[in-house]
Amino acid sequence: MQVTVTVNGQEVTRDVEPRTLLVHFIRDDLLMRGTHWGCDTSNCGACTVWVDDEPVKSCTYLAVQADGKSITTVEGLEKNGELDPIQKGFMECHGLQCGYCTPGMMMVGRALLDKNPHPSEAEIREGISGNICRCTGYKNIVASIQWAAEHPVSTEASEVTA
Amino acid sequence: MQTPAPVDYAKATSVAHAIELLQQLGDEARPIAGGHSLLPMMKLRLAAPEALVDLNDIPELQGVRIEGDHIVVGAMTKHRDILESAILHEHYPIFREAEHVIADPIVRNRGTIGGSACQADPAADLSAVGSALRGTAVIQGPGGTREVPLREFHDGPYMTVLEPTEVLVALKYPIRPGAGSAYEKVERRHGDWGVATAGVFVVVRDGVVADCGIGNAAVGAEHYCSPGAEDALIGQPATEESFAAAAKVAGEQCNPSADQRGPVDYKRHLTTELTLRALRRAAAASQGA
Amino acid sequence: MTAVEDTPSVPLSPAGNPIGFGRMPRKEDVRFLRGQGNYVDDLNLPGMLHGAVLRSPFAHARINSIDTSAAEALPGVKAVITGETLAGLGLAWMPTLSYDTQAVLATDKVRFQGQEVAFVIAESRYIARDALELIDVDYDPLPVVYDAKKALDADAPVIRDDKEGKTDNHIYDWEAGDKDKTEAAFAAADVVVTEDILYPRVHPAPMETCGSVAHMDPVTGKLTLWTTTQAPHAHRTVYALVAGLPEQKIQVISPDIGGGFGNKVPIYPGYVLSIVGSIVTGKPVKWMEDRSENLMSTGFARDYHMKASIASTKDGKILAVKVDVLADHGAFNGTAQPTKYPAGFFHIFTGSYDYPAAYCNVKAVYTNKAPGGVAYACSFRITEAAYVIERIVDCLAAELKMDPAELRLKNLLKPEQFPYTTPTGWEYDSGDYEKTMRVAMEMAGYEELRKEQAEKRARGEYMGIGISFFTEGVGAGPRKHMDILGLGMADGCDLRVHPTGKAQVRLSVQTQGQGHETTFAQIVAHELGIPPEDIEVIHGDTDNTPFGLGTYGSRSTPVSGAAAALVARKVRDKARLIAAAALECAPDDLEWELGRWYVKGDPSRGRTIQEIAMDAHGPLELPDGVEGHLDAQVVYNPPNLTYPYGCYICVVDVDPGTGQVKVRRFIAVDDCGPRINPTIVEGQVHGGLADGVGMALMELIAFDEEGNNLGGSFMDYLLPTSMECPDWELGETVTPSPHHPIGAKGVGESATVGSPAAVVNAVIDAISPFGVRHADMPLTPANVWRAIQGSPVRTDIAVS
Repeated sequence: MQVTVTVNGQEVTRDVEPRTLLVHFIRDDLLMRGTHWGCDTSNCGACTVWVDDEPVKSCTYLAVQADGKSITTVEGLEKNGELDPIQKGFMECHGLQCGYCTPGMMMVGRALLDKNPHPSEAEIREGISGNICRCTGYKNIVASIQWAAEHPVSTEASEVTA
Repeated sequence: MQTPAPVDYAKATSVAHAIELLQQLGDEARPIAGGHSLLPMMKLRLAAPEALVDLNDIPELQGVRIEGDHIVVGAMTKHRDILESAILHEHYPIFREAEHVIADPIVRNRGTIGGSACQADPAADLSAVGSALRGTAVIQGPGGTREVPLREFHDGPYMTVLEPTEVLVALKYPIRPGAGSAYEKVERRHGDWGVATAGVFVVVRDGVVADCGIGNAAVGAEHYCSPGAEDALIGQPATEESFAAAAKVAGEQCNPSADQRGPVDYKRHLTTELTLRALRRAAAASQGA
Repeated sequence: MTAVEDTPSVPLSPAGNPIGFGRMPRKEDVRFLRGQGNYVDDLNLPGMLHGAVLRSPFAHARINSIDTSAAEALPGVKAVITGETLAGLGLAWMPTLSYDTQAVLATDKVRFQGQEVAFVIAESRYIARDALELIDVDYDPLPVVYDAKKALDADAPVIRDDKEGKTDNHIYDWEAGDKDKTEAAFAAADVVVTEDILYPRVHPAPMETCGSVAHMDPVTGKLTLWTTTQAPHAHRTVYALVAGLPEQKIQVISPDIGGGFGNKVPIYPGYVLSIVGSIVTGKPVKWMEDRSENLMSTGFARDYHMKASIASTKDGKILAVKVDVLADHGAFNGTAQPTKYPAGFFHIFTGSYDYPAAYCNVKAVYTNKAPGGVAYACSFRITEAAYVIERIVDCLAAELKMDPAELRLKNLLKPEQFPYTTPTGWEYDSGDYEKTMRVAMEMAGYEELRKEQAEKRARGEYMGIGISFFTEGVGAGPRKHMDILGLGMADGCDLRVHPTGKAQVRLSVQTQGQGHETTFAQIVAHELGIPPEDIEVIHGDTDNTPFGLGTYGSRSTPVSGAAAALVARKVRDKARLIAAAALECAPDDLEWELGRWYVKGDPSRGRTIQEIAMDAHGPLELPDGVEGHLDAQVVYNPPNLTYPYGCYICVVDVDPGTGQVKVRRFIAVDDCGPRINPTIVEGQVHGGLADGVGMALMELIAFDEEGNNLGGSFMDYLLPTSMECPDWELGETVTPSPHHPIGAKGVGESATVGSPAAVVNAVIDAISPFGVRHADMPLTPANVWRAIQGSPVRTDIAVS
């Protein structure tokens, strides 16, 4: 079955079996390995990507369902060689250790800030509650998202790239 | 990673189209909503439909609106939209309370109220809410549209009255001026299914419970509700004693089974405890507290 | 609160990083943040095939026959391997890390639910899984040993009838301490408290499951194995021994690893099967577990049924402790620990207290459950030890009606007692326990918390305060006492400084997220003055790193960290000889300052390490006996373990109506000696504290009467989320290890070891007004409510 999606701004068309999970489509067909998977039951959030700017768990989403939609993955966070504030925040605040949950965490964190630029600690904790991390105990992930909230991309920079 | 077995797929563009596809594809075709129950079951190979009819891109199944004296929620309305709905929150805060403890924010971006109803998981929070509110399922099939009270919609765990070629299109809830509502849930961990839950609405007039609905999920309450507890409460003074007596009936009349969430005695106790807590808060809200 | 202070006065590099110890961003982050990590499942080799394992639905069943014909006929399937195939190759069984054997694929019968029965190799992971459904296995179910307490019953079915002459499910009895002295102390005691304490079966559940890609080059005979291993060198040797493959032709590569926590120490059948699959097909074969396979078949942790007794005077001076353990090892004894210690380091259970007598007996049994036992950041069973002593001390406090902090302070070892030999034979290196405990109590506001608790109790609210004081022994060897399958626990380290003064350091240990690429660069920077950004850490590839036993038991910093410091010092010594030649003076005339040798009394005359590096590779005539180039290698054999310790205080609120527990605060004061990168150390502690909350409140693998695993997915095996974890409050004290070159003690598992007892003690403290003295983990709402009712549930078997 043919699927056309826009991935990180680029349109791609591939022939896939209808049963292909979106996470496998991204990893095995598009060869973008930044999106991980950690469970099979949509509990861990390691596979989180955006479909039309909403975070979804790509292990519980068929690639064919994304036909005609836009997908954003961790590889799409960096713009023009500049890391997104969420990426910088994770680095500044030691928000990652093994790095496995990190892409999903950053996709959720970025989406949260896009909706709510100044979340409280409680809102951040609620926001990432569908993403499991085994390394950090979450404290530094919360701090990383707070850091990103405090260091948004400046309007000036956005205009330059626009 | 687990993978589903081969399956055909068709995207429906309207309810009529969905019904037509289900007719064409036969008995082994299944509609797919948010897919957060169906896809994991397919990955475990516990479910192996031959075809999926995708309802996600049907605009008419989306959204919350008021029609006359009812709130109508499209079957494909996502949990997140229910959580954020001002209409639902104005009339029934129970929705927001329940949604806050359903799964997690990312799953709520995808899971739908209709999918939850049709999955008929015995622990489904919104099924307890729907039963408590005595809502109605609006069902469309090849022969037209029919309405079924939510208290008759489920035929048991994971079973509904839907025919294979029918689609649940909406859920309707009567608006009850002056009603207070509340949802209580105990889970082992945030995002887990409930060990026991209680969702209630209460209308208190002149210090007396004029009307109420009591729903319980995860404890084997038939149709997710406790009519015995409702009977025990309606007409009684809105007091702690009345609430406790009704809650006790809910605990006695549910039919929980022991599992890793807890033993039977605990689940009965919890049903009583949570029903009591929900009744207190709903009654207080009804009385403007 | 006591802030964690940065290391003062370390010079900064041009990139702004400390040339030595201190906070700096991790070097490895740049790739992870961009989604450019390289995990095993990210590998995609030309022609690569995919393997999938068929697993047993039964916990105990005889296999009558396996029909693979339909699976083999499925288009895209390349091969189906069964135990019979392997038996022909002599590979149906493999040794475990505890000198037992384990079936790679079952031949005679299956012994736990989830055991490996057949292996399919196909063109895609989807087809491989389709084929699993087409394999027809005819089983005869057998009676199941699901309850460790019944494993030695006369009528218990014998699980390991593959072992000749085996007539029961007994594995070993092991003891430590002085039994007679301990009994005498108990006989003379005013107070004796005994409690049955279970540390239930849990699982490390790293976010990345286990897997491998094997490529046996049919032409060269070289096997390259990319695999999720915490110990690449040890794995290489074991593959050589098991499969008879020449060790020089085995390259084990452990790329980025998505968390280990002990789960990735053993060798699993799947790894072996990917190798066999590659040999059979001549192509690279990838095998990755799904989550259920990970939870149901790979190394679990704990499963210790402990009866603990503590004896004291009536005013709370501890006299003796004894523990009887029934250890559930599952169907194969697959624990990973030093040969001499079948119960790991459990006999460190005497804890942080001063008393003369202790004794333990450990009886291990087979059950129809997955193998494992030593995993999940356990420091070789110190988790169980720390939990049992800290729980029984709280039980004693309850019996004596004494504040648990006061009881601990009364019995803690004193600084002047170090080095201290425990009643079971460990030699603790250094400590100032009371200081650490006082810091924790001050951070917590302990007295105020007790006041608040009293006020709340008066109004019918139940808050609890739990304390845990733990001592760990980490950093195994020395090699003469500690080996795994005959491989001594010593670590090699190579350091090369290139002509331009940039360096590469090669380690035998392998990071699974601990930040080795940064920490070890900082150790070398500290010793040589080369900026950490100029030092590349190379690890996880047996062809490119020296031999060593790997990363587990918190041993990386204590062992390989020492090796890195010593190899850098060796390079520094060589640099001195070269500098002396360049400066035309005697080596003894030179003095070292960070990054530079200079002439005593004339600091302007000197050579930087970078200049010396060029000299070492250049035309400079070197003194006799000094070879060119600036490099060195060492093998570090630790003289003793290091003994990090800490005091943790947890505050919880319990809703007695529902049994729900809310962890309100958690204060953790760790003493792991000097902190190389405090940020990384804190991160390690945070993660371990979350483990403690998880194990204390929700993580569990229980079994029903049929031996069904009741924790086989993340819907059932619950891990803590951001909602259950409080905002951790950390503090520190610094007591260096006297025998470690930089005094560092290792911290990777401290918090996992120390935190469960603090959480459980807090919950029991909260509900003590109901007469509760103990309830087993996990303290789920149901279990807490039942404990309040006086009938706590037995957590290792299905709730009924």
